[in-house]
Amino acid sequence: MSEILASGSKGHIEVRNFSLSYDSIEGPVQAVTDTQIHVNPGEFVSIVGPSGCGKSTLLNAVAGFLKPTTGIVTVDGERVNGPSAERGMVFQQYSLFPWKTVRENVEFGLKMRGMPRSQRERAARTLLGLAGLEAFEKHYPEKLSGGMKQRVGIVRALATGPKVLLLDEPFGALDAQTRVIMQQILTNMWQRLKISVLFVTHDIDEAIFLSDRVYCMTARPGSIKAEIPIPLERPRQQSMMMSSEFLALRRGLMSLIREESLKAMGGEINDMGMQGLNIELHGHSLADVI
Amino acid sequence: MSSPALVRHPEDNMPATAALPEAVPPPATTTPATPSSFGTLALRWYRLNQGRLRATAIGVISLLAFLLVWHLLTTYRVVFFVRFTNVPSPLAVYASFTKAIHDPHFLMHVVLSCRRIFIGFSLAAIVGVPLGLVMGRFKLVHEVVFPVAEVLRPIPAIAWVPMAIMLWPTNEQSIVFITFLGSFFPILVNTLHGMSLVDPVLVRAAQCLGARERAIFREVYFPASLPHIFTGLTVGMGVAWVSLIAAEMISGQYGIGYFTWEAYSLVQYADIALGMIAIGVLGLGSSVLIRGAGHLVMPWRSTR
Repeated sequence: MSEILASGSKGHIEVRNFSLSYDSIEGPVQAVTDTQIHVNPGEFVSIVGPSGCGKSTLLNAVAGFLKPTTGIVTVDGERVNGPSAERGMVFQQYSLFPWKTVRENVEFGLKMRGMPRSQRERAARTLLGLAGLEAFEKHYPEKLSGGMKQRVGIVRALATGPKVLLLDEPFGALDAQTRVIMQQILTNMWQRLKISVLFVTHDIDEAIFLSDRVYCMTARPGSIKAEIPIPLERPRQQSMMMSSEFLALRRGLMSLIREESLKAMGGEINDMGMQGLNIELHGHSLADVI
Repeated sequence: MSSPALVRHPEDNMPATAALPEAVPPPATTTPATPSSFGTLALRWYRLNQGRLRATAIGVISLLAFLLVWHLLTTYRVVFFVRFTNVPSPLAVYASFTKAIHDPHFLMHVVLSCRRIFIGFSLAAIVGVPLGLVMGRFKLVHEVVFPVAEVLRPIPAIAWVPMAIMLWPTNEQSIVFITFLGSFFPILVNTLHGMSLVDPVLVRAAQCLGARERAIFREVYFPASLPHIFTGLTVGMGVAWVSLIAAEMISGQYGIGYFTWEAYSLVQYADIALGMIAIGVLGLGSSVLIRGAGHLVMPWRSTR
């Protein structure tokens, strides 16, 4: 535990001049272009954007699964080239190992590091306790609800004491009530561990509620459209979501994203040759009309 | 036979119900686990296992009906397209069975067949599973081995009999070789199939937790493929018996297949049926063994 708590001051993510394209039969497709983002040590940063804008692509590049076509990704000055336990990742599909019990899942990273069994068992129990999952340590993931699975997923990613935590729409598959509880749990853990978080979501409320800063991406090819600081005080309460400050932020982000979503959809609509709609595709006027 | 499984069932159901509540404090909220009397417990057990009890009862009745029809067809020597004139009755088969279990010759046939299955099938598993795993992981091995395997695979093991006799110095070895061939391809193909279905997200999850190539193989690819490996083993065991019996009938000197064929030549009609039933029971027993091993090796699947 002390080891995990000590990771406090590290975890500076820097993405510079980033672009990523892949080959297809029609030629190279630009997924993300000309993107700069950074996450300060201990900061909680979200990326929002219309679907297909490349936010997950960006996250996967930070994780080390994808190589940037141009530009570079660094964590604490070190260049990222391949996945590592220094960057914990939580997936939308939970991705727990079905053949391992809850505790064995949490122990996995420690086992890979060569920690002796009794020690890692103790560490896993402590972490599961923090997530309220002690009673389920011997269960197989299949028996758990979605919310519990994702708690295990988060705890598993944190167990190795990573410098940064990357989450790819982690609560996308959960129902609204569970999602709220999970957001609360994630915030608690983040505050306790003082770890840097990069969080990808399409849920604007979630992004504002959780983050210190939100990046909004453009439609494909994705790039950063805006960077919005969230000055809401901490600890955040559910009741804040009704405050005028929150709602103002929400409105702002909402119109940014709607613009981009329409751009993405407008392209498709035009492609289908639906002329009658006559959608104007620039400026705020459009977002106001719809 | 089914009673231990029946007794285990209520316990298996407990965690499932306890796992339902979502919020932070775990169990005790939904299931009123009050201590109950023996009567209500028995009633609950009955309700939980109704389906199984029903299936068992119907299964027993259906087997008895089969025996009865067999008995009637043979005692009245029915001839209706199919001739039951020379077919032994169940009682005659039972009589020859009681005689056979005291006969060391019959037991030797059974033991020899089992030994051939054991050696042939084990070799197939020892070669087939690792080869499938390696082929699934390393493209080059796949590209080299797969075409050869695809050409050899459609050849039935029985078609290998003449070749096997030429290849191996003793009859025994060629029979084991044919048993091996029969089970090898199902095992290989299913292992390969399991490897191709491994969820890439699980591999990525393991990489993010610091797993290197060897650990990923051991901790992700192998357990993820296990269900398909066991499908392959089950199918392979079935084909092993098919191949063995054919090989024994053609080139054998001993074994249960040879026993059955010999009974025909010696006009021991009851022994034909006895040999057939013995083959059926042995085949069933070996697939039960594999299923049991599967439950042991994959506890996360057996609690379903």
